[in-house]
Amino acid sequence: MSHLPASIDFRANVRQVPPALPAAVQKATAKFLGTRAALVDALGHDVWQALRQAGHDLRLHALDNLDRYLEQAERQVLKAGGHVHWARDAAEAQRIVLDIAGQHRARLAVKAKSMATEEIGLNQALETAGLRVLETDLGEYIVQLKGVGPAHIVVPAFHLSTEEIAALFREKLGVEAPAEAQQLTQIARVKLREEFLRADLGISGANFLIAETGTIVTVTNEGNGRMCCTVPPVHVAVVGIDKVVPDWESLTVLLKLLARSATGQKLSCYTQFISGPPRSEAETGPKELHLVLLDNGRSRILQTAETRETLLCIRCGACLNVCPVYNSVGGYAYGYPISGPTGVLFASQILGAKAAGALPFASTLCGACNDICPVKIPITDILLQLRHRVVEGDAQESAVAPYRLQLAAQLGSFALARPWLYRLGSRLLAWLQAPLRSGDWLLRLPPPFNRWTMARPFPAFAPGFRAWWRSRSHHTRGRS
Amino acid sequence: MVRRAQLFITCLGDQFFPGVLQRMVGLLERLGVQVGFPAEQTCCGQPFFNSGYWSQARDLAAKWLRVFGRTEGAIVSPSGSCVDMVRHHYPRLFPPGTPEHRLAIETAARTFELTQYLAHELKAIEVGARFPHRVTYHASCHLLRGLGVREEPKALLGGVQGLELIPLPGEETCCGFGGVFSVIYPEVSRTMMEAKVQAIDSTGADVVVACDAGCLMNIAGGLRKAGSPVRAMHLIEVLTAGGGMP
Repeated sequence: MSHLPASIDFRANVRQVPPALPAAVQKATAKFLGTRAALVDALGHDVWQALRQAGHDLRLHALDNLDRYLEQAERQVLKAGGHVHWARDAAEAQRIVLDIAGQHRARLAVKAKSMATEEIGLNQALETAGLRVLETDLGEYIVQLKGVGPAHIVVPAFHLSTEEIAALFREKLGVEAPAEAQQLTQIARVKLREEFLRADLGISGANFLIAETGTIVTVTNEGNGRMCCTVPPVHVAVVGIDKVVPDWESLTVLLKLLARSATGQKLSCYTQFISGPPRSEAETGPKELHLVLLDNGRSRILQTAETRETLLCIRCGACLNVCPVYNSVGGYAYGYPISGPTGVLFASQILGAKAAGALPFASTLCGACNDICPVKIPITDILLQLRHRVVEGDAQESAVAPYRLQLAAQLGSFALARPWLYRLGSRLLAWLQAPLRSGDWLLRLPPPFNRWTMARPFPAFAPGFRAWWRSRSHHTRGRS
Repeated sequence: MVRRAQLFITCLGDQFFPGVLQRMVGLLERLGVQVGFPAEQTCCGQPFFNSGYWSQARDLAAKWLRVFGRTEGAIVSPSGSCVDMVRHHYPRLFPPGTPEHRLAIETAARTFELTQYLAHELKAIEVGARFPHRVTYHASCHLLRGLGVREEPKALLGGVQGLELIPLPGEETCCGFGGVFSVIYPEVSRTMMEAKVQAIDSTGADVVVACDAGCLMNIAGGLRKAGSPVRAMHLIEVLTAGGGMP
């Protein structure tokens, strides 16, 4: 996966974050959180909690019976005249799509917004093979022009101002572009319309895959997704195996949760259901439908009891919007197409502790994500398990933390487990701090604790309580 | 019946907040509680647990359970975070069916954060304090979302004579402490802390109150660095005030 770095250095990435970014991110996330909260309030707390629980339970049921539902979905898609491909990893998924493109001598592929194809670096693979690949979701279109990936899993270019987008259009498209949202959208619309008609291949992901009818469900707010799946002669849907749900009834619960959590809508503008290619000459649409079922580490996640609920995720992005870390650094710092809390869960497990071991620590464990998650993923509990995996290893992977940290932890716990040593250490620190002390504060500490004092002073050690308690007990002895 | 409570002072309380702990003893005794202090206690192991060092955390949890497991009455702490560790994570550190697991569950059930203990066990909302100042409240994450304590601290502040409670914008947003997070990703921690300090300053309050040593270290340090006149205090300091500024 050449599009991903060998190892993600979150701290280094954070240093690259433009100073103006957090404010832009916060402005956008606050808007989504506000509209979401209003809709949740309108439903009422109890109804919302019941919906979350129902969403959680039915997603978990789908995971517990994943093999059965996937095979059912496959049977239904085949019965409807579609093709089904199973991709073990990113490379296999790329090869499958390349083969389909090759069979049709495709030169231009138009894409609907899809995190699965971002995850496997499909665009790069297709471009390397000589195809032109065009993102048609407005946000994706913009970040593609800019030469970067999505900054948010739902709204890829939400951090860019209309001025920035206008400048980008002028530079890359060579058109007169005023900094006005509607006119910019119109420019993109005209450009894209020509390409839809010319495209040989339409590529999408899916929000859900309904097992009982083999239906691919996409939830969008622009017409582009529908164009991608209906205009070109061939439609390829790349779908993570975690996206399968048992039936249409399940979908009604999940759609309610998804649109509210993602964009603060009761329902998104377009909810599209694709159940196979046209069945007769009278029906229109792509003559060929290919469903690529992507594993890419998901069955490994499924095997780990402590982390498997990662796969409940419906990619609504609410955990990004509410996360104070995401709001401080934006999406790119995570070094992975899926960012924020849920991105950390996927990246650390798909890429492994060695490549993405920095990510589970990019959280204060504040738990705002747990509370907002529409399918009740215990995100911070999974983060804790993934931290444990990084430093001590677990059934899935061996430890990758440096030995000196292991040693420091051992020394620390050794001292803390022995009250006499703990008290001695406490007195020693109170004594050692004298030269650094300025009133009640230590203004500068030696490394690595200077990482604290670079931002604010550290309080001076003041271990006085135990002596106070002893002298008090001495005075009051016999009275109580 | 005499009510008994064991102080779980936490390592941060022990090292940095002796005054808060002394006042906590005074407050509980004033409310008729007989206070004990198991002196063999050190650290609950949360820093190790949260950094992934579960074998070290397990050692310290076992030690903590040996110290507090043989005590009687409630175990009360001025830290939501450490109580959350004991209540929710200790049982997870030991396999079900082991004596430690059983002890963890039993002990967790009688371990309370101070405001939980005051509001629910003692049913004491007005504790006779007077604090004629403008106060704003920061909700510590593990107290709020770990233990589900949202209203209790504010109700207690509401029971203080002369106190004007000013809502804090982003009251429930993390201050950026996050334990090891503040040292692993100091730049992000700083950004979050600075946003919190700015919000506190915008209220015009004299004092910001929180219920956790970690948040207080972070916020108080941030206020000092920013040259803000606002003081960061533990709730206990306000609940034991007699009119002046402690």
